[in-house]
Amino acid sequence: MECYLDNSATTIPCKAAVAAANTAMLEVFGNPSSLHRYGFEALQMLERARAELAKSLSADSTELYFTPSGTISNNTAVFGAVQLGRRRGNKIVTTAIEHPSVSKCMDRLEEQGFEVVRLLPDSDGNIPLSRFEAAIDAQTILVSAMAVNNEVGSILPFDRLQAVIRQKQSPALLHVDAVQGYMKLPISPKKCGIDLMSMSAHKVHGLKGIGALYIRKGVRIKPYVLGGGQEEGICSGTQGMPAIAAFSAAVGELSDTRERLQRIAGLRDMLLEKLDALPIVTRNSPENALPYILNISLKGIPSQVSVNALSARGVYVSAGSACAKGHRSGVLTAMGLPAERIDTAIRLSLSSYTTEEEIEFCVDAICEIAAQLRKKG
Amino acid sequence: MQEIILIKNGELALKGLNRATFESVLVKNIKRRLHGLGHFVISRSQSTTTIEPTEEAFDMDEAVERLSKVFGIAAFQRAAAVEKDMSAILSAACDYLQEPLSQIRTFKVEAKRSDKDFPLTSPEISAEVGGRLLETFGHLSVDVHHPDCVVTVEIRERFAYIRCNQIKGAGGMPVGTGGKAALLISGGIDSPVAGWMMAKRGIVLDAIHFASPPYTSPQAEMKVHDLLRQVAAYSGDIGLYTVPFTEIQEQIRDNCPEELFTLVMRRFMMRIAERIARREDCAALITGESVGQVASQTILSLGCTDAVVGMPVFRPLIGMDKDEIIVRARAIDTFDISIRPYEDCCTVFTPRHPRTRPKRSLLEDAERALDVPALVERAAADAKFEIIRNEF
Repeated sequence: MECYLDNSATTIPCKAAVAAANTAMLEVFGNPSSLHRYGFEALQMLERARAELAKSLSADSTELYFTPSGTISNNTAVFGAVQLGRRRGNKIVTTAIEHPSVSKCMDRLEEQGFEVVRLLPDSDGNIPLSRFEAAIDAQTILVSAMAVNNEVGSILPFDRLQAVIRQKQSPALLHVDAVQGYMKLPISPKKCGIDLMSMSAHKVHGLKGIGALYIRKGVRIKPYVLGGGQEEGICSGTQGMPAIAAFSAAVGELSDTRERLQRIAGLRDMLLEKLDALPIVTRNSPENALPYILNISLKGIPSQVSVNALSARGVYVSAGSACAKGHRSGVLTAMGLPAERIDTAIRLSLSSYTTEEEIEFCVDAICEIAAQLRKKG
Repeated sequence: MQEIILIKNGELALKGLNRATFESVLVKNIKRRLHGLGHFVISRSQSTTTIEPTEEAFDMDEAVERLSKVFGIAAFQRAAAVEKDMSAILSAACDYLQEPLSQIRTFKVEAKRSDKDFPLTSPEISAEVGGRLLETFGHLSVDVHHPDCVVTVEIRERFAYIRCNQIKGAGGMPVGTGGKAALLISGGIDSPVAGWMMAKRGIVLDAIHFASPPYTSPQAEMKVHDLLRQVAAYSGDIGLYTVPFTEIQEQIRDNCPEELFTLVMRRFMMRIAERIARREDCAALITGESVGQVASQTILSLGCTDAVVGMPVFRPLIGMDKDEIIVRARAIDTFDISIRPYEDCCTVFTPRHPRTRPKRSLLEDAERALDVPALVERAAADAKFEIIRNEF
């Protein structure tokens, strides 16, 4: 038996996604910008995919743009938003636990003279709304926060940020990196007042190499990938049709988000209950984390060793942070965890394909490696 | 106009009667390195080796790149081979030297004439070529004492050769003239540099790596492959022995005092390495240790690890600072590979407070808890062998 619990890194593509990609490669292979029949068929396929994804967000299909990855969605949103906002102010509010595809953009903007405020999480990984309230002001031109943290699964108050922005009479655009939250939490950008939102296909059983950016109607950003003007100029480059077709097929296959969330919460609780019985396990994810992600530390066993040992037993998880040789996890460090806990952290991430048997298999494997690998004393 | 490469052999000229052997090894190494670039003829005279392509498609730039990594070559030059006729020489000089001369201000011309039947004397040749270059390139002037560039015209048996810039070679001695030794390689910054330095002295390398799955990952082994491939670009093919080390490390953890973990482990590594080295006809071991770098590399610790080995252990980095080692590692393109963040067996079970002034008797006592000969025997016998090829 095998048990894949690294779904926050990537998921297995679903059959419908692979079939859709196959059709796009072999039959509808045209360039959607071409005027002939093949081009037109590709264009129709592109727009159907766009409509399907828009539906998943209760958005209008003209608000959805395809990009080559979640990273490019984030770069496009962050750089695009400040380009047009810089006349109105100089301040950006973000968090200290963003994915590098946001945080490194922020570093660059800081070098360029923007004032960047990075809000710290509590020791449980949550960031209270009050921290945003204290930071956002009339000079703030961009608020960028992730929906769900990729390492510990904490859910940020992304749905209440627009209210803060309005209340502070700030001109800020609101960007939400929803790569880990899309199709796992019910997110309606319109209801939440989100201006820009990033998504990625391969986290929801689509293919690698495609992402999407939601841009609320009426919001203008300055594109940062330039070229032939595809995607209304927001992200130039011939659309990767096989991956786009697969993206919409994958999203169409997923059952109701709320129901799925409940089932995954059940699995996560089962996992937690069994793990809590092990004395070497400490939980790093907050109580109210997204149930798809569980970060734990295994006292005395370095992350890489756990990952290798579990891999040898057919259980695939990720190191919650790089090993002592590499860089420590920025997220766990920002939470203020002790070094020993950071260096022994692993992340288990579930998907809609995860079964109870797999959870049991995984727990057994963790018990075994705990017995085998723990340092003496 | 045809282009050739003239190679100045390194220290070979100093080696008396062995010179012929050394030169023939160098020629063999060069031939092997240039394999696949197209047909060429290689010839030797005095201390110069000449490479003459015999087909148009021969990739000169790639040949130069590869030669720069052949030990035993002090310096080399690209040269134009032209007909032994003054007007051909003059026009070829202007043509062939255009690019290098555009980047300098002063030059001088040196002529050499081994064919004494050539109608002009050496000073006459220099004067004519110098005159033509001055005429053609207005920005140049002659400086016979400190020129930016020396243009050499050489009249030999079949052709006249025109050249200017000398390219520094890798130096050292041809690999294969110094015997074979086994390099202990972990995946860190130091050991590849140590291997490179010994290969530079003409030594053929085998490599020994200790793997401790699941404590170490397949990625760590891949890293060692990638490192050795960089070294092999200089040293030629390397035989790699990957030793299963998990059992030994677990036994050390379970039976020895924590402060001695690393030293006991190092002593095991040396014993196993020697066992494999003797079996494979290696005359010595090579490590990347440098005094004081970590607890196991104090002189007392090194004494304790050497005590279990009956063959020479070479540590070419012994007196180098980390900065100096990193400069070398960057120069041979191993640094960026070495810093990939995967655990290697040296970082597994590192004691919190390792002993820096160990006594040999303490280690011997600690090892009494283990069946050392059997563990060594088994690990050496179970080592997995593969060849890391010098691929381009």
